[in-house]
Amino acid sequence: MANDIAVGKGEPGCKKIDPILVADNVTRQFGGLTAVNVEHLEIPRGKITALIGPNGAGKTTLFNLLTGFDKPNTGAWSFEGKNLAGVSSYKVARRGMIRTFQLTKSLSAMTVIENMRLGAQKQRGENFFSSLFRFLWKGEEALITQTADDLLKRFKLNEKREDYAGSLSGGQRKLLEMARALMGKPTLIMLDEPMAGVNPALTQSLLEHIKGLKANGTTVLFVEHNMHMVRHISDWVIVMAEGRVVAEGEPSVVMKDQAVIDAYLGAHHDTDLGTMKKGK
Amino acid sequence: MDLMLTLQLAIGELFSPLTAAYILCAIGLSVHFGFTGLLNFGQAAFAAVGAYGMAIGVLTLKLPLLGAMGFALLCVVAFALFLGIPTLRLRADYLAIVTIAAAEVFRYLMSTSGFAEVTGGSNGLSQFGYEFYTWNPVPKAEYNLGLFTWTEEQVWLRLVAFSAVAVSAILVSLMMKSPWGRVLKGIREDEDAVRSLGKNVFFYKLQSLIIGGLFAGLGGIVFVISMSNVQPSTWVTTFTFMIWTVLLLGGAATILGPIAGGMLFFVLLTLTNELLAGLVAIGWLPFLDQPQVAQIRFILIGLALMLLVIFRPQGIFGNKKELRFNG
Ligand SMILES: Nc1ncnc2c1ncn2[C@@H]1O[C@H](COP(=O)(O)OP(=O)(O)OP(=O)(O)O)[C@@H](O)[C@H]1O
Ligand SMILES: [Mg+2]
Repeated sequence: MANDIAVGKGEPGCKKIDPILVADNVTRQFGGLTAVNVEHLEIPRGKITALIGPNGAGKTTLFNLLTGFDKPNTGAWSFEGKNLAGVSSYKVARRGMIRTFQLTKSLSAMTVIENMRLGAQKQRGENFFSSLFRFLWKGEEALITQTADDLLKRFKLNEKREDYAGSLSGGQRKLLEMARALMGKPTLIMLDEPMAGVNPALTQSLLEHIKGLKANGTTVLFVEHNMHMVRHISDWVIVMAEGRVVAEGEPSVVMKDQAVIDAYLGAHHDTDLGTMKKGK
Repeated sequence: MDLMLTLQLAIGELFSPLTAAYILCAIGLSVHFGFTGLLNFGQAAFAAVGAYGMAIGVLTLKLPLLGAMGFALLCVVAFALFLGIPTLRLRADYLAIVTIAAAEVFRYLMSTSGFAEVTGGSNGLSQFGYEFYTWNPVPKAEYNLGLFTWTEEQVWLRLVAFSAVAVSAILVSLMMKSPWGRVLKGIREDEDAVRSLGKNVFFYKLQSLIIGGLFAGLGGIVFVISMSNVQPSTWVTTFTFMIWTVLLLGGAATILGPIAGGMLFFVLLTLTNELLAGLVAIGWLPFLDQPQVAQIRFILIGLALMLLVIFRPQGIFGNKKELRFNG
């Protein structure tokens, strides 16, 4: 089937017309367990890509590897054509690849708005010497606060602006973390289960927001177990199981793939995928 | 026991340059622990490096006093880099272990006879502070302030010591209200989150270690100028734990905490000391003798530190939400 993303047919590790992230031979072992074993993977630029797979498939581990939060046993990958393997995590974020965490990392003893402000990159006031002179960063701080307030409204967190992040509910923390990542103006945003625990009414509006990001040229890569969301917003779906990429393609195609159905519904244990835990 | 004298002694602690020295060290520790979450158990060493740096600058390097102070602060920066570069990439506990060990090593190095020509060995150093009093603009007189009578030199010393405290507190307040301070607080909460937002966590921790260390170095300088000598035995672990008590008493993540904590701590210390001594003298505490009283107060410090951490970890001024012990 023809598509405007892959070169040729969608199959595991297929070439993309315009990839933003290209990974080769990335493996990560924990003791005897191979958590990630990706031979070749390309993420299409300017699209929304979903990464799905059963629990323990290696999705989070792959995120950790690509963003420098974990070291692979082997592998190389590049972002926008430049090597990114071995680059420390903060530099990955500075280069425009910003991720969120499956287990949220809200900064509990800071207020929601301070969490948001921290997300902005290249702040002048973050330099020690300028920090002492408020007039040097006052203007920038006001702009950052403006952006933060807009996002908070979008994420329905504006009422919580002055609350400590530690007092937020689980779903609100997810939202805060995603909004905070957006403060950094990423070119590629990597969301690890952004909708876990977020109520359906809000999910809908956030999905629209994610589509809006795409419209502004941001590339989105997200992990999600909610198939509705995957079907609704993604342009491309990558399926992982037991550390490998087992299927790739447009959502309408991939979701019909027998191997994927097996992985998620748990039927036909003895297909290529091997046995695995049931997904949601 | 003379109640009036006891009170006078206790209130005198409020204005003692030694109190100011401890407060400066505690301000530094608030940058380390309160705002960045760095577990530094060697603050005594940072103060000692400042103190010895200045004394050696004057006596061995023949620098003018101000130059020697600059040299001392440079030594503190070098010391912070030396401790920080290998450990700040590791988990928080490593810094705790390394600082406590480094403080002891430094103290032994200063007291060993091998370097006695420079460090004075176990006798320490003295006669480096004359120049300080030549700067004194306070006219020569006896200043009677009701409870105390101070010479112009005592007034000058207190003025300088507490100005240093005020300037330091203002500086820390400016830093912590800025985006720079925000990054530090973020690191205290969750390093990885801050990394994921594109901040060089290691570099910020190193800056925090240096800056907090500089305040302690300044504290060390004030300490030895007011004592007019440096003794290796000053910079023992007890010194560090007194700073921790001062900090936790006032509130670790606050600006005024170290100041209030320091004043309260030394007033209480003197009061208990005098009270116990008084009670011993009139035979109410037959199980204690006078020399034991001086030691009992360190037991009380330990007890106070434990009770604080358990019942009021945020200190007097702190906000409970802003600081819990999460190491
Ligand atoms: N730090 C670790 N030490 C040991 N094993 C680990 C570690 N992190 C992950 N694993 C293992 O690696 C495998 C992949 O884990 P990962 O968290 O990447 O799965 P996932 O696809 O994100 O699953 P989920 O959908 O449940 O979040 C699992 O079997 C897990 O037990
Ligand atoms: Mg996961």
